[in-house]
Amino acid sequence: MYKYDEYDHAMVEARVAEFSDQVRRRLAGEITEDQFKPLRLMNGLYLQLHAYMLRVAVPYGTLDSRQMRMLAHIARKYDRDYGHFTTRQNIQYNWIKLEDAPAILADLASVEMHAIQTSGNCIRNISSDQWAGAAADEITDPRPWAELLRQWSSFHPEFSYLPRKFKIAVIAATEDRAAMRLHDIGIQIVEKDGQHGAAFYVGGGMGRTPMIAPLIKDFVPLADMLSYAEACLRVYNRYGRRDNMYKARIKILIHELGADEYRRQVEEEFAHVKALGIDPPKAEFDRIAAQFAPPALDAAAPDAIDRSDPDFAVWVDQNVAKHRVPGHAIVNISLKPVGGIPGDASSAQIDLMADLAEQYSHDELRVTHAQNIVLPHVRKADLYALWQALDGAGLATPNLDLISDIIACPGLDYCSLANARSIPVAQKIAKRFADPARQRDLGELKLKISGCINACGHHHAGHIGILGVDRKGTENYQLSLGGSGAEDVSLGTITGPGFDEDGVVDAIERVTETYLAARTDGERFVDTYRRIGMAPFKEAIYG
Amino acid sequence: MVEHIHAGGEEPAVTLDAFLEQSNATAVRLESDEDARALIPFLDRLALIEIAFPKFRDGRGYSSARILREAGYTGELRAQGDVLVDQIAYMKRCGFDTFAPEKELNPADVEAALARWPEHYQGAGDNSVPIWKLRHG
Repeated sequence: MYKYDEYDHAMVEARVAEFSDQVRRRLAGEITEDQFKPLRLMNGLYLQLHAYMLRVAVPYGTLDSRQMRMLAHIARKYDRDYGHFTTRQNIQYNWIKLEDAPAILADLASVEMHAIQTSGNCIRNISSDQWAGAAADEITDPRPWAELLRQWSSFHPEFSYLPRKFKIAVIAATEDRAAMRLHDIGIQIVEKDGQHGAAFYVGGGMGRTPMIAPLIKDFVPLADMLSYAEACLRVYNRYGRRDNMYKARIKILIHELGADEYRRQVEEEFAHVKALGIDPPKAEFDRIAAQFAPPALDAAAPDAIDRSDPDFAVWVDQNVAKHRVPGHAIVNISLKPVGGIPGDASSAQIDLMADLAEQYSHDELRVTHAQNIVLPHVRKADLYALWQALDGAGLATPNLDLISDIIACPGLDYCSLANARSIPVAQKIAKRFADPARQRDLGELKLKISGCINACGHHHAGHIGILGVDRKGTENYQLSLGGSGAEDVSLGTITGPGFDEDGVVDAIERVTETYLAARTDGERFVDTYRRIGMAPFKEAIYG
Repeated sequence: MVEHIHAGGEEPAVTLDAFLEQSNATAVRLESDEDARALIPFLDRLALIEIAFPKFRDGRGYSSARILREAGYTGELRAQGDVLVDQIAYMKRCGFDTFAPEKELNPADVEAALARWPEHYQGAGDNSVPIWKLRHG
């Protein structure tokens, strides 16, 4: 894990002092809400329907137990005893008082955390693969690259008033667990001639105009990565649209210019920027990478798992993934109990996960973009004891990547942008498919719900996606099929007219029945959809 | 160091179009949507470049300023318009050395804002040494 040095500490402390001063001036009426808004947003503070919401950054989704306990402490002391893990690997608190915000940021700073640039038209928290450093299929740990980008993008003076927000993801595995190509910049670490470099995909995104990022550069050497990113951003900052906030994301610029013309402009800018000397030396990368050295894992640890408890065996099959080191496993903790709120965890649950990370996972936790938690380095011999502890706290739901492992935005229950509620729909779907055997029979089925067109719930990337809209004052839900945020990235297609809350649950049931009737051996839902197309599903829903 | 805060408008700056036609001007004003690179052939005889911030959210001027400094411009670089205390530290880092805000700024707030950051993570348009360089000497 990355540890702050004196410089990192000083930067975060300066930020706390700056924001404390800004809050003071706002409370004293010295600055207007319009002037304060971008400042609080760059500190993760939104004004929502009922209260301020604070979004805390979890850089590339990695935490230690001390940091996790601080998240519980904040929930307990300043909020209503729970937090909500988000699709960008962050956590947000829904019931924050403005006057408490400086104290919360100071508490976070004491454990090397912050809320810097978790909102606003700037470079947001860098996201990554939640299995980084543990996955069997990665070529290297992507997090040192992400940390390099975190530092470069923090308080970047040129890119803090971009046309619109800017999200970067970094992965280094063949499987894409971070929806990399649905980011403004998606970076995949690749290998060429024995060297690692960054493939830059630029101009992806969801929102009202979803786009899959085209490949802009297949290999940027480490020594050029920040210059190349700077060139990508500068072209965007200068030429991205500012006349219409709905067309201001970089995906629109690249769509309008074409990937080739955008690439040409970036290359021209890069030739210039590269001469400025803004790329840190290899020694800085090595300093960072050394802090992500893999924990000492005993490759001779027993590989067998005692599966005599059937409930435990089900959980192992569904929620435990292959680790690169024999005798070890990656444990995925579902925050999607049937009837719960996707991504929510109580202070007590957060504390428990911290304790378990300390005891069983070399003090490390991860937040996933699917709003779950990962313990990345667990001995197989410890799995049963770990499972028992999780089960006792309602954290052992064996539904990873199944239909009830739903991504959902906060929706109209909290969000001032939402047109419809997301949470009750997620709860109804989870209840309809509550039978674990039925879920397992349906297999991998990624269901994602957004309560408005901004698509925070990633509905475009859902095997099944739901978009809540407002139709003449009533909530209406559009269904889409065939999206994916993974390495087989695709955008979903709308089935047809929308439904009310119960109607959309019924429609999903018919969709799953159509799949079960049509699938061939080993075919996932999305595979069947791609093979047979929309027509049979449409017929089943509307026919 | 920086920091004359101008009341604004006391030196005549011509528009980019007028400047490109009338070669003897020494002060030019660049709107936020104009290309700073159009000035690069003329930098050695310019004493003032004023960059407009029509709204503080319009961040194009930050790139314009850096492009001019990167091209070797050493004259006065002035941020004019919706220039607020909470943006001027970033403006300074991009190479601005004077400010002509539309609304008067509190000098104590300006001083605090410019003194806020002990170091910086990244190189930019000022001469500050990035943290990675401090780490590695």
